[in-house]
Parts: sequence; structure tokens; C-alpha cells
Amino acid sequence: MKEIPAPEKIEDIEIRLLLEALYVRYHYDFRNYAMASIKRRLRQAREQLGFATISALQESVLHDTQMLPRLLGYLTIQVSEMFRDPSYFQAIREQVVPHLRTYPSLKIWIAGCSGGEELYSLVILFREEGLESRTIFYATDISQEALRTAEAGVYTLDRIQLFTENHRKSGGKSSLSDYYNAAYGRASFDKTLRQNVVFSDHSLVTDAVFGEMHLVSCRNVLIYFDRPLQDRAIGLFKHSLARKGFLGLGAKESLRFSAHSGSFKDFVREEKIYQRAGE
Amino acid sequence: MTEGRAQAIVIGASAGALEALSVVLPALPATFDLPIIVVVHIPPDKRSFLAELLQAKSKIRVLEADDKEPICGGTAYFAPPNYHLLVEANKSLSLSSEEAVLFSRPSIDVLFESAADAYGAGLIAIVLTGANQDGASGLRAVVNAGGTAIVQTPKAAFASAMPEAAITMCPTAHIMSLDAILSFLHEV
Ligand SMILES: C[S@@+](CC[C@H](N)C(=O)[O-])C[C@H]1O[C@@H](n2cnc3c(N)ncnc32)[C@H](O)[C@@H]1O
Repeated sequence: MKEIPAPEKIEDIEIRLLLEALYVRYHYDFRNYAMASIKRRLRQAREQLGFATISALQESVLHDTQMLPRLLGYLTIQVSEMFRDPSYFQAIREQVVPHLRTYPSLKIWIAGCSGGEELYSLVILFREEGLESRTIFYATDISQEALRTAEAGVYTLDRIQLFTENHRKSGGKSSLSDYYNAAYGRASFDKTLRQNVVFSDHSLVTDAVFGEMHLVSCRNVLIYFDRPLQDRAIGLFKHSLARKGFLGLGAKESLRFSAHSGSFKDFVREEKIYQRAGE
Repeated sequence: MTEGRAQAIVIGASAGALEALSVVLPALPATFDLPIIVVVHIPPDKRSFLAELLQAKSKIRVLEADDKEPICGGTAYFAPPNYHLLVEANKSLSLSSEEAVLFSRPSIDVLFESAADAYGAGLIAIVLTGANQDGASGLRAVVNAGGTAIVQTPKAAFASAMPEAAITMCPTAHIMSLDAILSFLHEV
């Protein structure tokens, strides 16, 4: 007689099937994300959305398109800040910008832009450095909701103190309050900050390269992927970067174990800023 | 206490953590061959020197964990500031910046729950001193997965709230002094 698997293992089967269903039905591909975190969030989703099992959640998301955005809200992590890790933005300003200045026009890709915090940080930095008008910013994410938030550029006022502090620590040359209007508990960032921004739905898992970039900033996205998937995304960055273009990752992400590490050199090692080798 | 050989140890500590860990980690011999994965509540916006401090005193390796790092025996891994630390089924570590849990990132519950999934009955989980409730529901997950739960004697802890909460949630946990925990670890 065959052994019946223990209950935990059934949950693992359900998770695998749910992720497969999401892919086949909607082309959202979470199958190679880091599973420990996915599992945690699927458990949360099951509980909070009121399903007895992950299989029941799967049935619902297959048949009810309204359930998809709700589930995606659990599966994608939208934690962000403006000028998050100020020393990263300081390194961009002091060490990357002098190189970027030498180009007559610039393309910058913010991959996994979430609600726009990282995007606006870079646009403000580029404006302070006099580069904004020659730059196109591509802000991409798989979450429609995140892209809508990013396009609106409205944040609750309780977050602004942190953003202001981060901006100052990053070596900001202006006052953050120059860029937003505060009213009714919200800060609305100036629409002129968006004049050179293209927002677009793009997945680092299933989509391809879309242009030649001088800087790709992709922070705190790769940690949610398993190693092979991290490598796929890094390959995309490699192919989209111009010769001597820059790649900035999150504080805890690196190219150390990547199959593509030979195509990059450390540019600001402590800040995980790399430069595409010129071949 | 454990049936079959233990495969890994997870530890959670908060207020008073450095003192308690300075008793435990340096006392382990260089031959200690289980991995130890540790969450201590630390400020999110400062570099942490915990791993360096404890490495200086310890014979086992002590590191701050890197994302997707394979877990090795004889090594203590610390969660970095402002990231959750999770164990993957393939016995590697993942970091995550998802929401703080009970105001903490890193969260002991998040580590313990993922380690319980990965190691099941092969896991030993230890809740040390602390002034909050983190770790209690994680310890419950460890027990439910067949692992061994150990809690520092609340009266002897620098802060008793965290061990107390863990005991309330897991009445079957073994309650031990730091010395008893050490002799237990020497025998696993
Ligand atoms: C934690 S946020 C990071 C936000 C910002 N980059 C930062 O560092 O503050 C992660 C973002 O990655 C997005 N994301 C997840 N999977 C993705 C994928 N396959 N392709 C593009 N973006 C993805 C999520 O929707 C989320 O907005």
C-alpha cells in the first residue's frame, strides 16, 4: 500500500497547483519565486479571503476574475520608501551621475517600481542634477495596482517625514516639499515629475528586453525569486544595458552568485551598483 | 527529546539578546555541526554588529545571512536589520522586506514558521529573553510540525514577556535555564 503524505505536504501540492493555475489562466508566473515567502502569503490570503483550503482559493481565482487582483495583492510585496537606503542614492548622485552627464540623452529603467517611491526619488535626483530633461524614465511592474499608485504619485502624509529625512541623508540639494502639495492628509507629487516617465506593465519573469538603457535600478525585487529566476532577470538587465551602463540592486542583492557576474564589474560595491563591462 | 537526529536550530531573542547569546554561542565547540539560524530584534536603520561581536568570541562560524545562501552546519546565521529571514525547503536562506510582523522586521515568527516547514521534526526552536510576544506563534508551528520547543526560564531571563508568551502558546515546551539549554545542545 502506498503511504499517504502528511498534511503539510498536501499544502505544498495545493500551492504548486495554484501557481500553475495562475500561470496557465492569467500568465502570471510565480512558479519560481522564493517559496517560503509565497507560502506564507498564500496562507494569509487563504485565511483572510475566507477559504478553507488553498484548493478552494484556486477554484475561486480560476472562475472569478475579481479574485485575481486580490490574490495578486498578497503575492506581490509593495513595501517601499522614497530614497530607501539613502547611501544608495548618494552613490548614484556622486558616482554614477558624473558618467551619465557625458551622454546627450539617457534612458533609465526602474524595474519593479512598486507605488513609484523609487521612481520619484530618481526623477527628483535627476532634476536636482540637471539631467531630467534629457532623460526618459521607464517605470515597470507586474502589479496594475502599484502602477496606478505610481502614476498618481499620492502618498499619505505620515510617510513624508521619513521620505524627507531619507532625501536629506542622500545628499538632496532641494527641499522635498518643493515637489508636492499637501492636503487632506495626503501629499500629491507634482505632475511635472511624470512628464518624462513611461509607465508600463512588464514582468521580469515572462517579458523581454524593451530598449537600451544607461541605468537599470531594480531594488528589492530579486530577493523574491529563486536563484535560476534571479539569473533570468539579471540576463535581461545585461541585454538591456548599453556598454558601460549601470545596474543598481537592493542592499541585500548581489551578482556574486550569478552566471552573468562576468559581464559586470563592481562600481560601488557597498551599494550594489555594477557597471556593464564594455566588450 | 528529539526523535531522530536534529537537523537545525532556530533561536529568537529580543531585549537582552546579546548577553544571552554571548552565553550560548561561544560555549559551542568548533565541532558543533548543526546550523543555527537566529533572529534578534535590532533597529532597522543601523548596521548590526551582532554577528561580528559574537564571531569574535565563538568557535563556530557566525555570519549575517545572505539571500539564497545555502545553509551549512557549524554556522550561526543572523537576520540582517530590516529584513525577514526565512528557510526554504531546499535548506537555503531567503530574505524578504515584506511587512513587519508584530512591529518587528526581522520577525521570529516568520523564521520559525518557515523553518518548521523546512525541517519538520528535525528542528529545535529556542525562545530566549524579550519584552514582546514575537516567537510564540512560530514556536507553536514548530511543535505542530513535530519539532522540539525550548523556552528560556522566564524568571531567569533579562526580559520575561517573550518566554512567558511562548509558554502560554506552547504549554508542552521545555522550560530551561541557559545552562540547561547549553547542556542540551551539547548532546544533540
Ligand atoms: C518590495 S517592492 C520594491 C519596490 C522598490 N523597488 C523599492 O526597492 O523600494 C517589489 C516590487 O516588485 C514587483 N514585482 C514582483 N514580481 C515582479 C516581476 N516578475 N516583474 C516585475 N516586477 C515584479 C512587485 O509588484 C513590487 O512592486
